[in-house]
Amino acid sequence: MRLGLVVDLDVCVGCHACAIACKEWNASGTIGPLTDYQPYGAEPSGVWFNRIRSYEMDEYPNNKTVNFPMSCMHCEDAACVTVCPTGASYKRPEDGIVLIDQDKCMGCNYCSWACPYGARELDRSSGTMKKCTLCVDRIYDQALPVEERQPACVLTCPAHARMFGDFDDPDSAVSRTVRERSGFSLMPELNYNPTNQYLPPRSKPVIPVGPKPKGGLKESIKQFANKLVRR
Amino acid sequence: MHPAFSVIFFTVASGAGFGLFSLLFIADVFKLGGGFSREALIIGGFIALGLIIFGLLSSTFHLANPKNAWRAFNRFRTSWLSREGVFAVIFMPLALIYLASIWFDAPTWLRDTSGFLAAILAWITVFSTGMIYACLKTIRQWNTPLVPANYLALGYASGSLLLLLGAVVSGLDTLPYIAMSALIMSIAAVLKAIYYFWIGSPGLSPTINTATGLTRAKVKLLDTGHTHGTFLTQEFGFQIARQKAGLLKVVVFVLGFALPGLMLVWVFNQHGGQMAAIVAVVAGLVGASVERWLFFAEARHVVNLYHGAQRC
Repeated sequence: MRLGLVVDLDVCVGCHACAIACKEWNASGTIGPLTDYQPYGAEPSGVWFNRIRSYEMDEYPNNKTVNFPMSCMHCEDAACVTVCPTGASYKRPEDGIVLIDQDKCMGCNYCSWACPYGARELDRSSGTMKKCTLCVDRIYDQALPVEERQPACVLTCPAHARMFGDFDDPDSAVSRTVRERSGFSLMPELNYNPTNQYLPPRSKPVIPVGPKPKGGLKESIKQFANKLVRR
Repeated sequence: MHPAFSVIFFTVASGAGFGLFSLLFIADVFKLGGGFSREALIIGGFIALGLIIFGLLSSTFHLANPKNAWRAFNRFRTSWLSREGVFAVIFMPLALIYLASIWFDAPTWLRDTSGFLAAILAWITVFSTGMIYACLKTIRQWNTPLVPANYLALGYASGSLLLLLGAVVSGLDTLPYIAMSALIMSIAAVLKAIYYFWIGSPGLSPTINTATGLTRAKVKLLDTGHTHGTFLTQEFGFQIARQKAGLLKVVVFVLGFALPGLMLVWVFNQHGGQMAAIVAVVAGLVGASVERWLFFAEARHVVNLYHGAQRC
């Protein structure tokens, strides 16, 4: 099994709900707390497993805003695990999830140097490295109804921009979607073989912005009436 | 990269310590300049071990959770950081056997074998320190074989200056020590110059396009999604102005190589003697520290692409 996420960049509206749901679940989960520094102060900061950035693609008038959520890619060749000197970082052979044993981590930051995606963040209060667990304490929970055995970010996404599934199964929903929508991985040239995949923004017909063509008599009366009402 | 002072002190001090120890062994085997006395060898050996131990201890100060530091020996198979620790620990007993066999006049084979093995392990340990940085594909300025080469050359250059000071203090013939130091420092200076030339051009490196996968058009950052800094911006956001970096490179070459070189000439011409050797050591170590600071300050991690950098 190779579990991971698909993020649809065409659909994501950049609402940060996935990051909030992630923080809510994991702050009280097996890896919690996710410490906040000065949450109500002048310089609020803290530990997050999921961060959403926004980019602009191309230039006016062909520009487009792309909202970009990022969490751990659960790479096939995870250098963060290779470089860890203590053995705190490990990749589960059964489902490919990369985890950190909080009891073994010595907080040397070396794994975060090896990660190109910025997925690992040091918790200054516990002195240990923390990262996305793919909600490992949720996706196998037999007490939850089957449809809720998914990462918190996927469940909460109001735009359905996130999918969770097994990439080893060529017929799973995630594998099919990636195939059909030409999904891609980030920074493939570093050869980390990230599991998480991204779906590109679709090309949409350009919406004309010039002056509208004149309507008939009916349209003129309507516009006149509208003007009157507005006054 | 954020330059952490504990790591800078550690790499400079332990590099100089390992360099001093290996060169001390060479000076002992070939009896350079008449050969050090027994007491001088022991003192020199313990200064080297002191530098190494202080360095290793200071490296634990940058750990956020030092109580688990002992676990760092676990992943010898994959991690260069782990290997460095293991090699440094194996080095210690061999170095102590070497010093003990000098003190107790042990048979030459024991003295030479333990000294040779300790010198080899010193080399391997400094190489491992360099490989900690060189193995990271995420930082272009580090991912080059020049990094371990620089670490070794600078460690041995600092060690050779310390050894020269020892030779001057012990009243030995300084000529072989001057020659050794001049040779190692020239190699270190040339390697550093090649390194600075090398990292000047970006070559094939990730861009904001490959980082976001949006490769068909220009991409620029609109919003980082955080109000204040994060762990990522604190650790990787550090940036040094090109002008300041250029100035510091001049400082590296003047303090680290030119001034000690001039002092070698002074020692050779019997000017100043001890004072000149001390100036050479201090200038060499300060130069190496500035070099190490710059090594971190100039490194640009690819995560900066997600924070708006167009290329790393």
